[in-house]
Formats: sequence, structure tokens, C-alpha cells
Amino acid sequence: MKLLRLAPENTKFGFMRFRRVSYPLSAFLSLVSVAMFLFVGMNFGIDFAGGTQVDIRAKSGEVRMAEIRATADGLGLGRVEVQQIGSGGDVLLRLNVQPGGEQGQQTAIAKLRDAFGADYEFRSVDSVGPSVSAELVQSGTLGVVVAIIAVLTYLWFRFEWQFAVGAIIGTMHDLLLTVGFFCVTQLEFNQTSIAAILTIVGYSLNETVVVLDRIREVMRKYKRLSTAEIIDMSINAVLPRTIMTATTVFLALLALFFLGGHVIRSFSAAMIWGIFVATYSSIFICSPMLIYMGVRGDVFDKKDEGAEPAAADAKAKA
Amino acid sequence: MLRFAPWKLASVLAMVAVAMLLVVPSFLPADLVDTLAARVPSFVPLRQIVLGLDLQGGAYMLMQVDDASVVKAQVEALRDDVRQKMRDGKIALSGGIVTQGRGVLVRIGDQAERDKAYSLLQALSQPIGGALAGGNGRTLDVTETDSGVQLTLTDAAIADKVRHAVTQSIEVLNRRVNAMGTKETVIAQQGLNRVLIEIPGLQDTTKLKEIIGQTAKLDFQLVADPGDPANEVETLPMQKGGGTITVQKRIMVDGGDLVDAQQSFDQQTGEPDVTFRFNLRGGQKFGQVTTENVGRPFAIVLDGKVISAPVIRSPITGGTGQITGNFTSEEASSLAILLRAGALPAKLTVVEERTVGPGLGQDSIDAGKRAAYVGAVLVVIYMIATYGVFGVFADLALAVHILFIFASMTLLGATLTLPGIAGIVFTIGMAVDSNVLIYERIREEAHLGRSVISALDAGFKRAFATIVDSNVTMFVAALILYLFGSGAVRGFAVSLGLGIITSIVTAVTMTRMMIALWYRRVRPTKIPI
Repeated sequence: MKLLRLAPENTKFGFMRFRRVSYPLSAFLSLVSVAMFLFVGMNFGIDFAGGTQVDIRAKSGEVRMAEIRATADGLGLGRVEVQQIGSGGDVLLRLNVQPGGEQGQQTAIAKLRDAFGADYEFRSVDSVGPSVSAELVQSGTLGVVVAIIAVLTYLWFRFEWQFAVGAIIGTMHDLLLTVGFFCVTQLEFNQTSIAAILTIVGYSLNETVVVLDRIREVMRKYKRLSTAEIIDMSINAVLPRTIMTATTVFLALLALFFLGGHVIRSFSAAMIWGIFVATYSSIFICSPMLIYMGVRGDVFDKKDEGAEPAAADAKAKA
Repeated sequence: MLRFAPWKLASVLAMVAVAMLLVVPSFLPADLVDTLAARVPSFVPLRQIVLGLDLQGGAYMLMQVDDASVVKAQVEALRDDVRQKMRDGKIALSGGIVTQGRGVLVRIGDQAERDKAYSLLQALSQPIGGALAGGNGRTLDVTETDSGVQLTLTDAAIADKVRHAVTQSIEVLNRRVNAMGTKETVIAQQGLNRVLIEIPGLQDTTKLKEIIGQTAKLDFQLVADPGDPANEVETLPMQKGGGTITVQKRIMVDGGDLVDAQQSFDQQTGEPDVTFRFNLRGGQKFGQVTTENVGRPFAIVLDGKVISAPVIRSPITGGTGQITGNFTSEEASSLAILLRAGALPAKLTVVEERTVGPGLGQDSIDAGKRAAYVGAVLVVIYMIATYGVFGVFADLALAVHILFIFASMTLLGATLTLPGIAGIVFTIGMAVDSNVLIYERIREEAHLGRSVISALDAGFKRAFATIVDSNVTMFVAALILYLFGSGAVRGFAVSLGLGIITSIVTAVTMTRMMIALWYRRVRPTKIPI
């Protein structure tokens, strides 16, 4: 049986040559992301912005958008966002936080139920008051920060510090570009988006670790080669695996995006984006950092000298 | 590489068998599982996987105990206590008792009287948590000023009261919600001053909010006489038909002493009413008040609104009575439920609410299943296309990986949510990564000219460190998501975290055994990938 190979065998691409393109490009995209975040902003869902969102479906099966809009606007609840979603005739109504504190949200739900309850089935009602949304923002941000610190601490113990720095920069890059993705697409940013971001961070580091592991291995073996040559050699060696894994994860996410329903579509979209960014950054951002930091094969010498006598002792005793 | 103890193979097979047994109940009808579970000892994990509210439909509400209303109730109780003390001590007040935000000021002009009042009022300050607890500070700061005595609730006392209010609210809510006839309701404390309610299957929360939204504090107060001093009376709205009525502030008897309340019918008019019964203490107080005030109207006040104010015709000493108020029988029966369950110690505000109807829940289950099947099939085909027979091994390991996730979730009683399903689908793509790392390494080693057996061996050995490193980072992300996330997102963290653990077991250990068995049987001369 002829087996399928997406990645060509025994490649010798000069990945490191591209750093003169990839660094300015990534720097530019990161700046754009920050600027977009500051000046355009994300489309925060009710988890973080507070407010009320209901998903209704006409009992008769007939969606009359104009009528829904008119009814909703007549309720005196401020601006009501009306949006048709999916193919099942679902309509999403979204209200901003109502004045009058927590009680205001409750009044709004009651008004919506009164206005639409007769002709529409309420498929879901979500309402987040101002105090809870503020806390969710806090715990979401804290979660992302703590996750990054925890993972990087692990890397710092496990690898030489230069590798950890490369991983930090790669992770920040992926994080920024994912934020940029949410700003550009205006996909709703909610709690599942935080889950997506953390998973992207995990995946990004997973990719980085695989590449760095190999670089370290090759560096120990070929001390005479230049760092760029070593990195190119390592990336080419793990390239089939990188492509293979990115593809399997991508296939799974694709199924999720198209078939998983609208509730998690923004999650799947962000994850798909994240897989691409993470794969790119592990090759073109994290690894070249080692060149800039002047990592050479001899960074391992001290460690090895310290380790080997101990190992020899152990052997001698055994 | 080729050798592994037979007991290892046996234990892996045993794990798979146990996992299969664990997930079987989830595919049986729920009532059958319930019947079976009742017949086996409780330590046997015969149960279905728990579906989150987003999948099975239901209502989730997060409510906050209103600190301000706890304080207000405390201040009012304090004012009544102070008034009682002043009466008992026969102290002449120059300016009455003034309630403030967090305390009470007793205005006494005369120095001697003030000193007397001060020593009397100090007795009101109790050690927090009762006389026995001690050491935690006291409930009140009592100070003497130029114009009177100032009593202020301490921070510790307020925190203590809020804590009590939360526990007490949970008890009251349990009684109220159970009376609605729902099942598998969860009512639990969350954080310092919040209570969460989860009711599977409930769609419209309007009725729920009616039942839980009322404090249901029942007070009996005398209707004011024209001669009463202005600062001792208050004007309250009528519950029905508009209008107001002026009553004395002093609460003669309250609903805290009620032991029962039932909906009944008025014997003369046939209208629905509520019959209540006091405990001994309440009955005695009620008897005393009604004896002393025959001929006066007695207001029945619920949550600051007057239900009715019937005239006391004769002393009511039996400890029971009726509340009439132009009720429909439905109103009378929910009032009876509320009174039976007792009053909430404080007002509860809904700060977060999420309901999912059964339609959307089922749609989400269907969509999640479809995505999982299609995702799995795509990955399975792709693995076989790329790695041939080794792909089949990886796919078998993948099937066991999915089985293990469900089995461990069932065993742990973890909740499966829609993001949780997304997590499982993601780990389907991720789980084969370990196999990919191993296989690609085997290929490389074979290209370097190693023999089949040594390439296999080196592939597994060298890839393992990388597999552990790369999975640790993902696991840490899942762990933190679990700690900081809430609700359905936690479900994602659970399935991702469990999936990472099971995938290492299946993709490394099981694949290795399969390849070893395959090698012994086939004795290949070259690596088939």
C-alpha cells in the first residue's frame, strides 16, 4: 500500500533565512493586533460585558425579522441586537446591561418573555449582572496570566533559559495574534474564548517544546555547526510530525466548526486560527530567537560536565 | 521493546474491560439504570455520565445575599432591643431612638440617665458566635457621647450575620424549591455571599423567581392610634387594591414562630385563606397581644406590605389563626408554602441566570456527537492513510482513549458539557500526536540504517521525553482553566485534562504492546512506514 505523505521526505529548507521576513511581519501583525484591541476592541459577549442574551425560535417556524426588531425596539430596553443564527430559524436577541442594577436585568427578561413568549420558544436565556461580569473578566485575565507563568516556569526548569525566552516570545506572539483575530472577525469573545486562548497557549508551547527538544538534541551532537544550521536541521527533522499533527488537530477542529453548532463556533474558529499561528511561531519566531541570543552547542557543556561524573559514580556503585 | 510482562498486557486488557463496563449504563435508558442501581451496593459505580445543564436543559441561577438588607434587619432588631431595654430600665429619652446606616443612636440629655442607659445597653453587645465561642470580638461597639449612647454593629458581626444568612437562605430555599416538585435540584453556597441554584429540566424561571424572590417575612403589627408618636408609626402599602395603612412600628409577633401553614377556606365566606399555627412561644405571645387589644385592628404584614388588617374580635389563645386577604386559591397556597418554608434572612438578588431549553440542549448533544464522529473518522482515515498498519494501531489506541475519557468522567462524576465535548474532539486530534512523534522518530532511526527492532526501540525511547514535555504544558493549561474557569468551561478543562492523561497511557503503552505483538507474529524485515 502506498502511504500518504503530506510532508516531503528529508527536506533541507533553510527556515532560518526567513527570519528577516518573519520577524518584521510578526512585529507588524502584533502591533496591528494591539492597535485593533485598543481602538476597535473585541466584541465582548455578555459573560464579560454583562447583559442579557436570549435565543428564540418561532413556534410557527416562520422567522419574521422585521417584526421581531420592531417588537424588541418597542420594549424600551435600549439598543437590542437582533441576529439570525444557524439554519434552524433561531434568532438571537442581545441587550446591554440595563440600568437599575441587578434587578434591571430581571425586569428585562420578564419583558422579553411577555413580548415573545406566546409566539416563540425560548431556547436559552443568559443574563449576567454587572457584578458577575466584572468578576468573570478578573478571573479570566488572572487565569491566562497564571497559566502562562506556570507553563513558562516549567519550561525554565526543563530547558536552558534562552529556550524559555524563545518560548515566551512565541507564546506572547500567539496570544496577541489571537486577540487580533477576535478584533478583526468581531467574533463574540466569551468564556469559551478564554478556554480557546489557553488551549492555544498549550498547543503553541507543545509545538515549541517539540522543536526545542530536537534543537537541543542536535546541538549536543553537532557542536561545530552554526546555530542556524542546527536549527534548520532540527526543524526539517520534525517537520513531518509538525505537519501531521497540525493536520489531525485541524481535521478534528474542522468537524467541530462545521458540525458542532453555533454555540461553540467562535471557539472552534479561534482554535483553528491558533493552530496555524502556533505552528508558524514555533518555527519562525521561537527558534530564531536562539540565534539572536547567541545560543551555541557549548551552553550544554557545563550541565553535562556536572551530570556525567554523577552518572559514572552511580554506575560504578552498581 | 519486544518483551513486556504478561501481567502488563493483562492489566491493560482488564482496564479496557472495566472502562467498557463503566460506560455501558450511559447507553441504557435512565429509568433502567435507576432500577439497577437501587439493587447493587452503593460503591458500585453504576451510573450514567452527568450531563451539564447546557446539554440536558435546565435553569442555573446565581443569587447574592444583599448585605445591605442584612445590615438593615440587624439595625431594626437592635432598635427594638434598645427600646425594650429603655422601657425596662424606665429611662427617659430626650430625643428618641434614631436608626442610622449601621447602628442606633439613643438620645438622652440627662447625664445620670445617660450613664444608666450606657451600662444597660452594654449588655446588648454579645461575643460573636454566641457566649461560648469567645475571642472573636463582640457584636457591638457601644460608646457614650455628649448627647446619648451610640451603638454600632462591628464589621465582624456583619460578616458573621451574612455568613449565617447564606446558610439559612440555603435551608429555606431547599424547602421552598422542593415544594415545587422538581428533582435533582442543587442549591449550594458559592463564594462568601452567594447561593447557586441548578434545576435540571426547568425552562421558565418566572415561577421560580416568584417562589425564591420573596423574603416572606410575616409580621403582625397593631394599626396605629391617632395618639401614637410620629416616630413610632409607619405607613405601609396594602398588598392588594392600592391604598396605605398606618401601623405601629413595633412588631408584636412575627412569622419566625410559625410551625405550620396550610391553605384552607374561610368557614363563613368560603373564600380561600391560610391557616397558620404557632409554636408554644409564638402562641403565648399571640394570645397575650390579642387579649390586650380586643377591638383593635391587627395588621398582617408580608414583606412590608399589608395583606389585611382584621379587627381582633376575641382573644386568640389556641396558637392558630387565619389570614384572609381576597386570595385566589393559588395565591393562598403559595403563601402557605412560603410561610411553611420560613422567611429568608435577607433579600436575594439574581446576579446571573442561564437557562437552556430541552430543544437547544438536545440540538447541542446531536451537534456535538456529529462533530465527534466526523472528526474521529477523519483522523482515523488520515492515520491509516499515512501509517498503514501502524495507523490502525494508533486508531485502536485512539478508540480506547475516548473510552477511557468517558469511563473516567463517569467514575469521577464529572459533568459533560458542550465545551467538554469540544475538548474531547480536540483531544481526538491531539491524542494521535504522541503516535505521530513515535512513528516519525522510528522512520528517522530506520533511515539512519538501524535494524527494524532497534529503530522501533529507539523511536519509542527517544520520543517519550518529548511526549511528556509537550503534554505537561497542555495539562497545565487545562488545570488552570479548571481552577479559574466557571460553569461549562470547566467541563472543557476536565475533558482536556483527562484526555491528556489517557492519551499518554493509550498512545504510548498500548501502541507499544500492539507493535510488539505484531512484530513477533510478522517478523518484518523493514519498517512499514
